Formats: sequence, structure tokens, C-alpha cells
Amino acid sequence: MPPIVSIANLSKVYASGLHALRDVSLDIAKGEIFALLGPNGAGKSTLINVVCGIVTPSTGQIRVGGHDILSAYRAARRMIGLVPQELTTDAFEKVWDTVSFSRGLFGLAKDPAHIERVLKDLSLYDKRESRIMQLSGGMKRRVLIAKALAHEPQVLFLDEPTAGVDVELRQDMWRLVRRLREQGVTVILTTHYIEEAEEMADRVGVIRKGEIILVEDKVELMRKLGKKQLILHLREPVAALPDNLARHDLQIGEGGRTLVYTYETRRERTGITGLLSELAKAGIAFTDLDTSQSSLEDIFVDLVRERA
Amino acid sequence: MKGVSMLNVPAVLAIYRFEMARFWRTALQSIVAPVISTSLYFVVFGAAIGSRMQTVDGVPYGAFIVPGLIMLSLLTQSVSNAAFGIYFPRFAGTIYELLSAPISPFEVVLGYVGAAATKSIVIGLIILATASLFVPLHIEHPVWMVFFLLLTALTFSLFGFVIGLWADGFEKLQLVPLLIVTPLTFLGGSFYSIEMLPPFWRAVSLFNPVVYLVSGFRWAFFGKGDVAVGVSIAATLAFLALCLGLVTYIFRTGYRLKS
Repeated sequence: MPPIVSIANLSKVYASGLHALRDVSLDIAKGEIFALLGPNGAGKSTLINVVCGIVTPSTGQIRVGGHDILSAYRAARRMIGLVPQELTTDAFEKVWDTVSFSRGLFGLAKDPAHIERVLKDLSLYDKRESRIMQLSGGMKRRVLIAKALAHEPQVLFLDEPTAGVDVELRQDMWRLVRRLREQGVTVILTTHYIEEAEEMADRVGVIRKGEIILVEDKVELMRKLGKKQLILHLREPVAALPDNLARHDLQIGEGGRTLVYTYETRRERTGITGLLSELAKAGIAFTDLDTSQSSLEDIFVDLVRERA
Repeated sequence: MKGVSMLNVPAVLAIYRFEMARFWRTALQSIVAPVISTSLYFVVFGAAIGSRMQTVDGVPYGAFIVPGLIMLSLLTQSVSNAAFGIYFPRFAGTIYELLSAPISPFEVVLGYVGAAATKSIVIGLIILATASLFVPLHIEHPVWMVFFLLLTALTFSLFGFVIGLWADGFEKLQLVPLLIVTPLTFLGGSFYSIEMLPPFWRAVSLFNPVVYLVSGFRWAFFGKGDVAVGVSIAATLAFLALCLGLVTYIFRTGYRLKS
């Protein structure tokens, strides 16, 4: 199946000389949730803004649903919904009116039933007659999402959707994104919360200094790059490690009550069997063991540091 | 450009309705204020000066100033409404929605300028109705009066749209209407005939584009103007073409809209 968003050799140099995007190529499959991660100023928002038509590309080609975003911008943009990072709203407008306005702007006839559905999905229906300036920050964020969904987009861009929102709203949004995916909507989000990408994304892309440095299936990425730790709870505390255990990457924790062994899951041999056998030889007995896996956040920090 | 062959009518209507809703929401400021200021002009100019100056070109002074008064409001309202209409989304950041929508620059202009022109025409007609309470009015060329009303509202709304794109702060937004449009209107023969000026200032006045608008509009009312009506129409159309050229340039280059 052809990608729903196809970005080829995209570069963006601003008038100030800032090279915001460098030869970015990226394909997004229909129906996937793609998380774009990157530090501040990496180019995440510029990339989204170019695809949506807000920023003009310097070079490269972008297609959405097979439509070139420049030569067939109407067809391309009709497929896209954008939730911007900033809470940019018409303060004096009513919720219902502003969402209806967005639908009209995208060339669609009025459909009160659809607007009602969107507002109910976002728990905004009771506020439909409220002016936006009367709403809380979280509610304004919901209004922006409602506006983006008013024209039934097939591709939804969420630029830092949960920045500054409370836990409840964040979880509401995650549920909404999953529901949209079930309806076949492709979701592309940028986030600072790695937890968000870990929770929702099918694939993860990492952008740094305008370059995509990695695109990978999230599970595969965590498998490939993830580190695991084996924690052994000792029967008797140890002060130092015997010599035969020195070659293992072991650390003594909790005042000698635990041994922490770090290993890479992608390696063929994790060394666990040898470690356990040598522990037995050294007469170190343990009462319990558990394992923990490094989070996407750890992986992201490692990646960005590695390339710095 | 491909993809602009079909007019996105719902989008144009959405912008138009959005802008008109703002107009009605602020009806007190939009409608009542011009009515009050028109009445004040009649009291000051019509009663105070008119009592000493009976007629100008055979037209009672009270009636003589009506086209100029309408033109004064038409110009300032057209410029202000259109400038604010496009500047506010830029200021608030909501312009992102306009830029990412499947809508052509022409359609954006149509929506905003159409609404701004409508508002100023409504205000112009309200002033006309208010004026008719003070002085008996007879419009000699009603069709041409409507033509000048439409053409002026459209042209100066386009001009306001350009200012709204150019301005990078509220101060600049007010700068052109207050420091250029209003003085030009006052000096453009709104309250007098330029024939009443000394020859030097009469010649200087001919460089003021508003002279042609007021003159044409006055001709539509009374069949008399400071310059030939053909010249008035040509000057207004030339200014319209200039504004259209500026707007086209802005959208082609993305000036102040896209980076």
C-alpha cells in the first residue's frame, strides 16, 4: 500500500539562514500512529508546518494521499487536520461556531450531527455555547482538536498535543487517538513526553538538528536498543565482588543487598547463564530476582547524546 | 497554479460569515458610533457653518456635505475593518488555520474584503439614512451612486487588507487610517468644493486620490463634481488595480504570512 504521507529530500532554510530541515525523507503508512521525537529546535514543528502548508519548503517533495502539497494543495490539505502546539484560539467565539467555521474553511457543507459527535467525543458538548475565553487551558486544547477533526481528516497532525495538560486530559487524548486510529485515521504526533510515544506510537522517528536520525518500529526499537537489568536480591549482603565476577557488568546496590546486572537484549548471548553459574560457584545465594527494561526515554536520551 | 480552478464557496462563506458575525457582535461600536458622529458633523458643519454658507454650486450646504460624510466613513471603515479582519488572526496565531486550509489566496481575499466592504456599505447606508433626517436629499444618479459606493468600499477594503498584512503591531494598524486616510479625506473636498481653494492648493489637491472619489460620489448625488466623472472612475479603478497588484504580490511571495 502506498504511504499516505510521503516526504522526499525535504530541506528548509529560513530567510535568517537557519537550516531547519536537512534532506528529510520519510514515509508514513495509512492508519499508523507515528511519533516524532526530538529536542527543542530539532525541526519537528517545521516539518509539520511544511506538510500542512504553513511553511514553504526550500527543496523536496511532499505528497499526502498521493497529492503534491504544492501543485494539488487543495486535495492534499483536505486530508489533513492540524492541532498546533500553541493555544491559538479566537477568544470571543463560541465553541460551536469556531468548530463549524473550521469545517466550512475546508470546503465542507454544514453537518451539525458531525460537529455534535466531535464535541461529545471531546467532552465539549456542554460547553458548545461558551465563549472560548471562558474555557480552561485543557478545554481550549480540546477545542483545537475539535477544530482539526471538524472536516473529517484522514491524517491528523498533533504538535505537542499534551503539553501542559493534566493527567486526565492526557489519558483522554490517548484514548481519542486510539479511537481515531480504529477509524482509519493516520496520526502523526510530536511530543516531549516520551511516555506518550511509548504508550501510543506504532513507529518512532527521531529528529535532531533538522535530520531524521532514526525511524523504527517502536517495539523493534525497544528490542534493539533497549537495555535490561537483572536485579538479584541476595540472602546475605556482600561488601565486594569476588574476582571471578569482575568480568560481568555488575553493580552492588542497596548496601550490598542486591546485585544489578545490565545487559543488552539485542545481543545473542546475554551472559545470564554464566553469571548465575559463577554466583553459585562463589557461594552467593539469592532469595529473589526481577528484571526491568529501559524505557523509550532512556533510548531517546542515549540516541541524542550519541549523535551530539 | 493547479487546484485553484474550482472556487471553494463554503470556505469563502465561512470567512464572510465569521467576519460579519464580529460586526453584529460589536453593533454598538459598528453602527451606533457612525450614526452619532454623523449627527455631530451635521450639527457642527451643517448648522454652524451652513447657516453662514447657504449653497455650494447651487446645492444647500447641509446636503452638499452628505456625499463627503458618507465617503469619510466609507473609507475609514473599509480600511479599518479589512485591516483588523486579517491582522487579528495573525496577532492571535489563528492564521495557521487559514494557511493550512484548502483555500486559495483569491478566496481568502474574497471572504475578508467582501465582509469588510459589506460592513462599510451598511454603515454608508445608515449614514445616508441619518443624513436624510437632517436635510432633504435627492439622488440624481442612483445607479452611479451605488456603483461608487461599491467600488470605493471594495477598493479601500483591499487597501485595508494590505495594511492588515503589512502591520506588525496595533500601532501600525492604526497608523495609515489615522495619519493618511482621515487627513486625505478631510482635505479631499468632503466638506467643501476644491473650487473654493486658492489656485495653488487646488492644484495640490488634485494629487489627493480622495478628491476623485468624493467628486464622483457627489456627482452621483447632485450631477456636479470638482472633476469630470470619467476621471473619478478612472482614478478609483487605478487605485483598485494598485491594491489588487499589492495583494497578488503578497500572496505570491507569502510576505508576512509564510516563512
